[in-house]
Amino acid sequence: MWALLIRDLRLATRAGGGFGLSLAFFLIVAVLVPFGVGPKAATLALIAPGILWVGALLSCLLSLDRIFALDREDGSLDLLATSPIPLEGVVGIKALAHWLTTGLPLAAFTPVLGVLLNLPAAGFGPLVLSLLIGTPALSMIGAFGAALTVGLKRGGLLLSLLVLPLYVPSLIFGAEAARRGAEGQEILTPLLMQAGISLGTIALLPFAAAAAIRVNLR
Amino acid sequence: MTAEPLLSVAGVTVGRGGIAFLGQVSFDLRPGEALVLRGPNGVGKTTLLRTIAGLQPPMAGRIVMAEDGAAYAGHADGIKATLTVRENLLFWARIHGRSDVAPALAAMDLEALADRPAQNLSAGQKRRLGLARLLVTGRRLWLLDEPTVSLDTRSVGLFAQLARAHLRSGGAAVMATHIDLGLDEARILDVSQYRASAMAMPATDGFDEAFA
Repeated sequence: MWALLIRDLRLATRAGGGFGLSLAFFLIVAVLVPFGVGPKAATLALIAPGILWVGALLSCLLSLDRIFALDREDGSLDLLATSPIPLEGVVGIKALAHWLTTGLPLAAFTPVLGVLLNLPAAGFGPLVLSLLIGTPALSMIGAFGAALTVGLKRGGLLLSLLVLPLYVPSLIFGAEAARRGAEGQEILTPLLMQAGISLGTIALLPFAAAAAIRVNLR
Repeated sequence: MTAEPLLSVAGVTVGRGGIAFLGQVSFDLRPGEALVLRGPNGVGKTTLLRTIAGLQPPMAGRIVMAEDGAAYAGHADGIKATLTVRENLLFWARIHGRSDVAPALAAMDLEALADRPAQNLSAGQKRRLGLARLLVTGRRLWLLDEPTVSLDTRSVGLFAQLARAHLRSGGAAVMATHIDLGLDEARILDVSQYRASAMAMPATDGFDEAFA
């Protein structure tokens, strides 16, 4: 299993692996929003938590279709399905690899972008914390969507349509925690809800995704 | 005394999308035996091999195989272009709980290419890497779909040696191939005799099939 994780991380960081794509997109969103909204610091501070969460979510979406499609194209998925590793484990590891190369760097990068959007000082900690807790759910739900669409050529649009509604709860609680943090309120409740969503998806979706892959491999 | 079969296929019907291609396929494969599937393009050789590998369920019949399962090698070799030859092999070895790839590199004459990224390999070299992967799985039953595609004569010879050594060490192989590998042990099975007639097609709903 660790061999699979190491391989996926290695592939992501080598040329053409798409590691920088999400971060670059996130940076572009955060840089462009002040131009679009105008330079009023108070307005920016108000919308910063929400914008950063939406930006992180969309960046996450960008690299989803790579999770299984590349392995399907070169035949690795067939070989993994006949290997001693259960398909559920393959899905879990692939989602973890996606999170390590997307969610984790996004969360780490967010404070820098928070400065660009005039995020109040009190909001940095809660925002990063909510991203750390929420992005695993984004990767896991994304892996499920990627498993559903793995048999389709150019399934990216369908994947986005399937996955976006499932992202909404994570977004609501994540942005709420970040907003409350920025206003100095208590953030435990939305964070707990978000942790619940993340843990629930991690517990259930590997099985659903593995079943979807089995159907798609036929 | 005949050994316990590594693979036993009994009355198996295979197909895709609810349409049967081959019906009532039956054979046993014991250690040391090789079975060559012959038949025209599109008759269902790949589907039969994928069904035996467990990638899709048979529409009817039973497939029994040894505990550790089979090593499947399809049309695609499962090679990652940005990893080197050694890294590719090492990955598949680790997945199968092994770590020694040197014999596999030597068997398919890949030692000189070991540290080259797989994207710089020719089609034949990639295929040799794909076949070397079979060795690192450590599995006794090989399911090979057109293993010699894009190999030159010398590499075909290497592969025949590899297959013979595998059979001699108690392995078995089912392969779909059009060329003669010179394996004396191999039985030939012309699968077109099992071609399912349209009349005998079991009525399955395509929708339900996806969830079966």
